Amino acid sequence: RLSSNIGVRNPLFDKILIANRGEIACRVMQTAKKLGIKTVAVYSEADRHALHADEAYLIGSAPSADSYLNINKIISVAKLSNSQAIHPGYGFLSENPVFADLLAKENITFIGPPASAMVSMGSKSESKDIMISSNVPVVPGYHGKNQNPQFLKQKASEIGYPVLIKAIKGGGGKGMRIVNSPSEFNIQLESSKSESMKSFGDDQVLIEKYLLTPRHVEVQIFADKQGNVVHLFERDCSVQRRHQKILEEAPAPGLDDKIREELGVKAVAAAKAVNYVGAGTVEFIMDNVDKKFYFMEMNTRLQVEHPVTEMVTSTDLVQWQLEVASGNPLPVTQNQLKLEGHALEARIYAENPANDFFPDIGPLLHLRTPYPSSNVRIETGFEQGDEISVHYDPMIAKLIVKGKDRLEALRILKNALTEYEVVGLHTNIEFLKSVVSHNAFINGEVETGFITKHSDTLFALKKETPSHVIIQASLFMILSELQNTIKETTESFDPFSPWVSLRHARLNTDHVQTIIFRDHKNDDINVKVKFNYDNSYDVTIIRGASHLIVKRVFGSLNEVEQQIIVEVENHRIKSRVVLDKNSYQVIIFDNEEGKMVLEIPEFTQLKTKTADATGFIRTPMPCKISQVLVKPGQIVEKGTPLIVLEAMKMEHLVKSPFSGTIDKIFYHVGEFAKENKDLIHI
Amino acid sequence: SNRKIFRPNLLNYQTLHEQTTNVLPNNVDSKSDEFKENAEKMNILVKNLENIINKVVLGGSESARKRHLERKKLLVRDRSPFLELSQLAGYKLYADEIPAGGIISGIGRVKGVECMIIANDSTVKGGTYYPITVKKHLRAQDVARENRLPCIYLVDSGGANLPQQAEVFPDRDHFGRIFFNQATMSAEGIPQIAVVMGSCTAGGAYVPAMADESVIVAKQGTIFLGGPPLVKAATGEVITAEELGGADLHCRTSGVTDHYANSDEHALQITRSIVETLNWSKKPNLSIKKPEEPIYSASELGGIVGDNLRKTFDVKNVIARIVDGSRFEEFKELYGTTLVTGFSHLYGYPIGIIANNGILFSESALKGAHFIELCAQRGIPLIFLQNITGFMVGSSAEAGGIAKNGAKLVTAVSCAKVPKLSVIIGGSFGAGNYGMCGRAYNPRFLLMWPNARISVMGGEQAASVLAQIKRDSKAEKGEEWSMKEEEKFKKPIRDRFEEEGHPYFSSARLWDDGIIKPADTRKVLGLALSAALNAQIEKSRFGVFRM
Repeated sequence: RLSSNIGVRNPLFDKILIANRGEIACRVMQTAKKLGIKTVAVYSEADRHALHADEAYLIGSAPSADSYLNINKIISVAKLSNSQAIHPGYGFLSENPVFADLLAKENITFIGPPASAMVSMGSKSESKDIMISSNVPVVPGYHGKNQNPQFLKQKASEIGYPVLIKAIKGGGGKGMRIVNSPSEFNIQLESSKSESMKSFGDDQVLIEKYLLTPRHVEVQIFADKQGNVVHLFERDCSVQRRHQKILEEAPAPGLDDKIREELGVKAVAAAKAVNYVGAGTVEFIMDNVDKKFYFMEMNTRLQVEHPVTEMVTSTDLVQWQLEVASGNPLPVTQNQLKLEGHALEARIYAENPANDFFPDIGPLLHLRTPYPSSNVRIETGFEQGDEISVHYDPMIAKLIVKGKDRLEALRILKNALTEYEVVGLHTNIEFLKSVVSHNAFINGEVETGFITKHSDTLFALKKETPSHVIIQASLFMILSELQNTIKETTESFDPFSPWVSLRHARLNTDHVQTIIFRDHKNDDINVKVKFNYDNSYDVTIIRGASHLIVKRVFGSLNEVEQQIIVEVENHRIKSRVVLDKNSYQVIIFDNEEGKMVLEIPEFTQLKTKTADATGFIRTPMPCKISQVLVKPGQIVEKGTPLIVLEAMKMEHLVKSPFSGTIDKIFYHVGEFAKENKDLIHI
Repeated sequence: SNRKIFRPNLLNYQTLHEQTTNVLPNNVDSKSDEFKENAEKMNILVKNLENIINKVVLGGSESARKRHLERKKLLVRDRSPFLELSQLAGYKLYADEIPAGGIISGIGRVKGVECMIIANDSTVKGGTYYPITVKKHLRAQDVARENRLPCIYLVDSGGANLPQQAEVFPDRDHFGRIFFNQATMSAEGIPQIAVVMGSCTAGGAYVPAMADESVIVAKQGTIFLGGPPLVKAATGEVITAEELGGADLHCRTSGVTDHYANSDEHALQITRSIVETLNWSKKPNLSIKKPEEPIYSASELGGIVGDNLRKTFDVKNVIARIVDGSRFEEFKELYGTTLVTGFSHLYGYPIGIIANNGILFSESALKGAHFIELCAQRGIPLIFLQNITGFMVGSSAEAGGIAKNGAKLVTAVSCAKVPKLSVIIGGSFGAGNYGMCGRAYNPRFLLMWPNARISVMGGEQAASVLAQIKRDSKAEKGEEWSMKEEEKFKKPIRDRFEEEGHPYFSSARLWDDGIIKPADTRKVLGLALSAALNAQIEKSRFGVFRM
């Protein structure tokens, strides 16, 4: 794909070090391998068995500060391994100018922009000033020192209503006020200032234009050391939760070519303004009503969502980074770049959407991905059996798809998400499916408030578990137990015991086995399976007052594929099935409904009964123990604070649910605990 | 695969030859009117059996069962795969209905170990012991002892039924024998596990106390020699059942029980774990083959046999529907043909079969004795298919020594130590019952088909014999006896024999271990044989054969 008209090319590196982990480390390695470049990886103690650690060096303990942020250690590994360059990936050291500078001193190439560009773009105010002077639009506003109310009101009128009043020292929405008309400006300003004073001890405010339906639109740019800058069109990353993207697409829906062109031109101007080199992303906030866009910031790295751009421009941006870092010019010129088709990326996170997208940790007990193809790409750093730990980002994988147009891409994405199977922890896969199936999303009505706006429909309670899924789960329980018994028996001195082959034989009566499940609606589902002489089953499903009898069901189990196959009323249904022995759940991946979880209360009750009777207090979520407020032997009342947990930078206080004496505390300060672990025994 | 080894064609031919020559031919015309009529008649018997059993398995009254469920207890039969014994115990035996004799017994496979499970059904008379309850409990323990099956007692019993105490308490094979058996089986190394799911009062308290290991369900199980009412009467002490003998007391203070369970399910979970610690492995000392299903359908057995004992059928057609691959290596095919003997496999286990194909003559008896010696010598279990009216009578037979030849068969049957399993598939009359391993000859299991009859002789035969004696005595006195009067004399005899020879009558009194559907014969024999193989097959030593 490299154009030959550029003249003599510098050779690429022989060996590079990848100062990152997970999917991006694997991603960089892949391109390096393709180009014959040797790679050296680094890993922390927590990542000793991780996929990215192929040929690799241990650089420290699990916390990032001791490992992936340990500049000295990484540089010494680079020297030790004779690496000529370091690819920082994203996050960690990717936008650290100190690191870039140090590398320059050590004569190791930093595969990224010059430190100066990072510094310029790293400061919000500096970057804004640079943009204004380069004619790149920024969100209109007043950020000055003059706090005279009349002056501010006049500024608000210049900006145009609605406007946003924000505390300069602000954060977390404190002191933030939306003002729709001049008449309410003074009241809102006063209210904002008094709240800012209370919260931050400072009542200085700034005024900005308030966008009613803001979108996050960003432009991928690329620059070489020769001064060439191109843009690779835009991406829309509006759908976010916890201020983090979960769905990205290229091109952005609903933009005409004129705006697209304008976005590109302004993004290139922004890059040029800081003498940018390498891969970068210029982020804009766009008003979906008038499609006006304003500069937000520039990310001076290769971004998580770069694959969507690669898919629609048929490029390999990591390869471009290597070319540029080696001093070669950009492989193509702007007019050689064409948009083709539509790409979407879904980020698959270990998190629980039902619990405010709280991150989850735990083992990937079962992991199956859709088959990769030219239209389906999977970027991941995890394999089945790996563990998502508290130490790093809980992103499991990126699923990128491409279609001829947006609708086709959406269809492919929905299918691929259905085929993405994860058991062992909470994921957002089902939530992503409900987003991409949502009419507003299908219609391209994206905006940063999308999830909040549509939360009612996105979080709508699922339908009751379909009866064929319950039948599958029941027969799975029966058949897998049988297979286990057969296996054990075959290895015994009595290998063909009729006690196994005639497991369902009863004298003069039918054998009916009762299985109880509990589904997401927390309803008990009573299943009675009658064994017939012809190896079929009559299944009765009892839910509340409803009795459903399905006669002559046939079932079989494919152990290799982990599939349960049932024939219900002449309809053969094949689904993947997984038994999660940690949580006592049967998980069925249904072609229509996706991941269906059925709990087996028989076991959970057995497990928890003793505990509940004697008073165990468990972790509500995966967390770190930050304070223990009680001691063994201490008498506590109902409501006495017991322990402080930290999860995702938030603290949670655990209070005693009843009165009693502290018997045992199972964790020390600083330790990590998974969800539903015993913390304290009273 | 890598196991494909080139073989000369001749060897292949021989293998094929062996595979086909021992398969029994199909002599059954399932389209014939006789077959259809037979099938219909047997079907009526089977349906009747199913109806009765389905009522029996419900246990006590509806209200008692409901209370049972509300106490969050599972009905005992739901608990594990099960070869149930003596389902009809107590059937029409007392004025009161005692379904299944108030106790459920049978063999279940727990963690790969075939165990005897004995469970009180507290929905029946509060789980108290009637005479038949005791008999059934003791029979289950005998089965466990003979076949070396670990015993699991699920206890929920009020002890002996007081109004019946004279028939329950004093004799050798009464209530006390239960604990004698527990002690002596434990001495023989057969594990005794008790799970206390309800009350164990008075004598009942000894079941967990005598057990090797015991589990108790909290707030449900209680154990005490005297309950709160008795304690109050005796000492004036007022105390709750839970305080007097609940799980907390016995697990923490008295040590009567070893494991504390929160629920029935939890208790069973603990029991399974206990079984895992038994270090118990079954090592059948047999050359086991891969099992094959019979070529012919067991559903045809009804059509072959019917319900009329006077109609004969070829027992080889029955064998062909029970054994692996319908293969039968017949022994002495041409000699003493009224007794069929030969070798087969059942679920891969080698077996010897002895089956009646008519009345027993001297030759048949000799052949049978010979064949039993062969099986004893080779350590092959024996299966008896009984359909026997008796030994041949008459001058020629007596002169031919039918008595001593019959005695040889009885000696052989008595002394053979290989597992013996008997199925009465037709008549079981007189000394034929002895020669064919009736209850007195300690078959490990004795089962009956619903068309079977068991008595010292057939009803008609008995009536005729008695009528003949009466007619002779009348003749001596010179009295007349009209045909009508004779018939009036014979009918009640016939009726009584018919009633007392009925399999339900037999099963109610535990003269057998259960009535089975002909179509289930293979399965039940397979499970029973497998259970029997838990005990090592001993060498047989025979008594004097009168020559």
